[in-house]
Amino acid sequence: MQKIAALMRQKAQELLSSGQVQQVAAWRKGQLAYDNAPAVFTSPEACADLVYDEFCPANLSKYLLAATKKKLKTAVFLKPCDTYGVNQLLKDNRVQREYVYAIGTPCQGMLDIKKIRAHGLKGITRITVSEGVVQVETVYGTQNLPQRDVLLDKCLQCKGNAYMIADTEIGEKLATPEPRGDAFAAVKRIEALPPEERFKFWQQELSKCIRCNACRDICPACSCEQCIFDNPAAPVAGKAFADPVEENMFHLIRAYHVAGRCVGCGECARVCPQGVKLGLLNLKFMKDINTFYGPYQAGSDATTPAPQVTFTQGDVEPSAAGQKGRS
Amino acid sequence: MLGEKVTVADKTAAPAPFEPKIVAFCCNWCSYAGADGAGTARKQYPANVKIIRVPCSCRVNPLFILRAFQRGADGVILCGCHPGDCHYMTGNYYTRRRLTLLMSMLNFMGVATERLRVEWVSASEGARFAEIMTSFVEQITALGANVKLRDLRCKK
Ligand code: SF4
Ligand code: SF4
Repeated sequence: MQKIAALMRQKAQELLSSGQVQQVAAWRKGQLAYDNAPAVFTSPEACADLVYDEFCPANLSKYLLAATKKKLKTAVFLKPCDTYGVNQLLKDNRVQREYVYAIGTPCQGMLDIKKIRAHGLKGITRITVSEGVVQVETVYGTQNLPQRDVLLDKCLQCKGNAYMIADTEIGEKLATPEPRGDAFAAVKRIEALPPEERFKFWQQELSKCIRCNACRDICPACSCEQCIFDNPAAPVAGKAFADPVEENMFHLIRAYHVAGRCVGCGECARVCPQGVKLGLLNLKFMKDINTFYGPYQAGSDATTPAPQVTFTQGDVEPSAAGQKGRS
Repeated sequence: MLGEKVTVADKTAAPAPFEPKIVAFCCNWCSYAGADGAGTARKQYPANVKIIRVPCSCRVNPLFILRAFQRGADGVILCGCHPGDCHYMTGNYYTRRRLTLLMSMLNFMGVATERLRVEWVSASEGARFAEIMTSFVEQITALGANVKLRDLRCKK
């Protein structure tokens, strides 16, 4: 990973000093060994701070919205899963291709610091990964953990190491984590519950939400300029707990709005400070779309029309959805 | 706890019979004309049904439906032209996909999908319009008041 980071720094400096791009979106070192943050670099000198390791989970594609608005040609480092988001933004016509310089960046799975800490590790000073083993150095000593145990949840539904869009690539592709068997297993478990149980499950799950809107802000499919959640008059945006329905509404609207456009990057669930399992709602829509209208993967290119802007004459009737959606 | 059949009936007073509020979104070209047809043919349907005329069933943002429930509707019915007969050629095909996904999601979240219905009613089907509305009102009356999707703050 250090080799890759060096190549990235070099590439960023080249692009900036040649004037090929005006800014570079990447990650900057945080204060700890595991809290790198997204950052925009505008000068070759600043690129000394550019880092890349297993703690760069953030999908940077959404920075391209501002880049397009400001008409700044932007180089952006994209892990394989992040490339889907860029395509979706291009398809939604929210980002203009001329302002994007996409750099495919190898990834072998990002790590979840919460899962690492859950092994009782404190005072972590350095974390490195090699060949499926995560070496955690702490002030008390070093411990090895199996990589698969501490991968981010989103990396357990990895779509592979291919870039869906890339103007150039950094180094060689790495082997990405094997995805879990059935991506829809959790959805099917809920579908199998009786309606009252399903209602209770969601009520409990969604009442954790503090309406911070982090899930909306990170999402490459959530890119409207005006959003109902910013309208205080709409009874869906309140931050204080007022009514359980409001929670259902917020999540129903959020998930529905990205249905057919959600690329399944899992960022919304990752950034949620409350651990709401909101990815399940996205997965449910994906599963329904696949079942009703044929396999579809949002973001795999920037042109295929989304399932909700196309139709066939023989589409299933809404009345059948209640039952059919469960198959 | 929020249960499906909890109504706010006061046990001491004789409870007034439950009168559901039904919102019907009707496409101007077929179903609304169908409702007119029901009127001219003197076919009765319950007064619980409040019709909102829309230019096309496709005009109905799924949020309209959710909002109707939130603001106190006990049932919502969306009526459009039969698939293939849309005045704007293809509008109702999109409606069909949207509503299919919405229904499936409501079901997934454990909200009774029987409260939401989609029917294709042509301008010449006045009698059928009245039948559909009558049966829908009966169905919702049997289900009782909507509590799962109603915002309690909107309750008078
Ligand atoms: S809804 Fe979540 S998983 Fe889907 S594109 Fe947005 S952030 Fe990614
Ligand atoms: S990130 Fe989590 S807590 Fe914040 S609005 Fe989304 S679901 Fe709610």
